[in-house]
Amino acid sequence: MGILDIKDVGKRFGGLQALSNVNLSVHENTVHAIIGPNGAGKSTLLNCLIGKLIPDTGSVMFAGESVLGRSAHEINQMGISRVFQTPEIFGDLTVMENMMIPIFAKRDGAFELAAIKSFMSQKDIVEKAEEMLVDMNMADKRHMHAAAMSRGDKRRLEIGMCLSQEPRLLLLDEPTAGMARADTNNTIDLLKQIKAERDITIAIIEHDMHVVFSLADRITVLAQGTPLVEDTPEKIKGHPKVKEAYLGEAH
Amino acid sequence: MFGLEKQDSRLLIVVAILTMCAPFILNPFPAESALAQFNAGYPDLMQRFVIFGIFAIGFNILFGLTGYLSFGHAAFLGIGSYSAVWMFKLLSYNVVPALILSVITAGLFAVVIGYISLRRSGIYFSILTLAFAQMSYNMAYSVLTPLTNGETGLQVYSNDPQYLKGDGPDVTHLFGFEMRAASELNIGGWTFDFSIGYYLSALIMLASFYLAIRIFRSPFGLMLRAIKANQTRLNYTGISTRPYTLAAFVISGMYAGLAGGLLACMDPLAGAERMQWTASGEVVLMTILGGVGTLLGPILGAGFIKYAENIFSKINENVLHSWFSFLPDGLESAVVWFFARFVGEGWHMTLGLMFMLIVIFLPGGLIEGGQRIGRLFKGKSASNNPPAE
Ligand SMILES: Nc1ncnc2c1ncn2[C@@H]1O[C@H](COP(=O)(O)OP(=O)(O)OP(=O)(O)O)[C@@H](O)[C@H]1O
Ligand SMILES: [Mg+2]
Repeated sequence: MGILDIKDVGKRFGGLQALSNVNLSVHENTVHAIIGPNGAGKSTLLNCLIGKLIPDTGSVMFAGESVLGRSAHEINQMGISRVFQTPEIFGDLTVMENMMIPIFAKRDGAFELAAIKSFMSQKDIVEKAEEMLVDMNMADKRHMHAAAMSRGDKRRLEIGMCLSQEPRLLLLDEPTAGMARADTNNTIDLLKQIKAERDITIAIIEHDMHVVFSLADRITVLAQGTPLVEDTPEKIKGHPKVKEAYLGEAH
Repeated sequence: MFGLEKQDSRLLIVVAILTMCAPFILNPFPAESALAQFNAGYPDLMQRFVIFGIFAIGFNILFGLTGYLSFGHAAFLGIGSYSAVWMFKLLSYNVVPALILSVITAGLFAVVIGYISLRRSGIYFSILTLAFAQMSYNMAYSVLTPLTNGETGLQVYSNDPQYLKGDGPDVTHLFGFEMRAASELNIGGWTFDFSIGYYLSALIMLASFYLAIRIFRSPFGLMLRAIKANQTRLNYTGISTRPYTLAAFVISGMYAGLAGGLLACMDPLAGAERMQWTASGEVVLMTILGGVGTLLGPILGAGFIKYAENIFSKINENVLHSWFSFLPDGLESAVVWFFARFVGEGWHMTLGLMFMLIVIFLPGGLIEGGQRIGRLFKGKSASNNPPAE
């Protein structure tokens, strides 16, 4: 039993069986990578975990409770945060405001009518956000509009926003996609640091094998909606089925 | 000051000074001069400025912060007016219970309408609110006539109970201070009017403005802006967005109810035309013209539109003829005919044109215009100095 248990999950889009018979367990305090070719169903699988999609069959248990049928904010409040394939941040708000929102959500819950006191006067929230910005190496950008930042910075901000909630499970969907090499390396370092410093479980989808092999404790290979193999990075590297289905490709 | 940041306190003080001195500021021309028609410092018009200012401030809390564009907010304005007149009919002409009931009823209606409309977003939300407002408008003329008095409009009759009236005044008043009471000040050729009604409305507007600033700067306001920025992200951040949008909708509905109530306090009559879709559209225009999502914008927009409405609808063909009498006859009538399309009844055409120009050239509204002018001046003074770096 892991902290996240996916059993027999299937999802169909019209004529396309995007996921079938997915069984997967993510264990506490490990980094579990999910790899697979384009269209393998990786993002779809994550969407089934966070309430964006409801699978047609199967069950998804997080820390002993089912997440199916719960809304997105409830799942987040259970302790799951997600970084999206294209960064989802509050573009019109400043970097500091972006960072404060998840901290408010963590402290005050899904809804709180706090309409009188100024949000900048909430010392605990401001301090935590500042700390997080320093950790993310973007304290100098705090007054910037989030939309005006580079893709790499947006991604870092999004990761920081998720981390600020101290989730038990962090889901990362291709955190280095579309990044320059330098940004990718920074992101790897950041994730390594997170893994070393925090009690956190990470499920990461990634195309970049360099990233996967330097981070993951376990790897699941997904092909055409079904897990092909699951093993340690060393074993996966030499696995013939994997080479055929995935590593043989352009990536 | 009052728990506001320095910048916000300054803004509040400036607005307070401007509204308190409005009877002077808005009457720059001597009463007998030809330009006196451009004066705006008489109680009736000034009241409309601040009352529609309240309406727009509240609307901006919904539209400016969350991005949810309601096309039916005039319904709450009308509901506020009807509630106030009912209080006059049942209790007395004192405005306090009237205003309280206006806010409460508008709030209750907003809970129901908001709860249903907010199940959708974007254009569908707008259409739902529009539909509700049109329903209210039609019902005011049909099934609800016992409450609204149909086309005649709701007003106070001498045989109304007015249980608490006693020997109080026969006009709207605040504990004896009559709304229409005014004193006139003559200095040189200038005339300035100070009316209780205006000052009450202005003080209420300042309080509403102050509250709006607090909301803008609060965690609640931050969440509302986050909804506009990226609702998906907010949901996946553990925030349930629906209660936030509903709260914003109800607050803005209550602001509209307050404005409607105040309208009735200035003139104790309520008609369904106040709920018509054009009235709902007007507050949208005010907010966009002034500057969506800015603190001051909606007030400016409301003042601008109400002032322009007053000026343009006052001009008629006779006035135009006197302006263009220097032209040869044939040309004069052609020119007058042309401009007559834009004034009087045709003033909405002018409004439409102004709106188009602003949306195209100044998408941030009058506030953006002011900022651009400000930057122009700053840019000039900066280029006079040697660059710092
Ligand atoms: N909402 C949807 N409606 C219909 N089809 C979808 C939907 N989402 C995904 N699909 C399809 O399901 C399949 C799996 O998509 P998914 O995005 O999960 O792949 P992926 O493994 O994340 O690929 P990539 O590496 O390109 O991100 C694809 O064929 C995709 O076109
Ligand atoms: Mg994907």
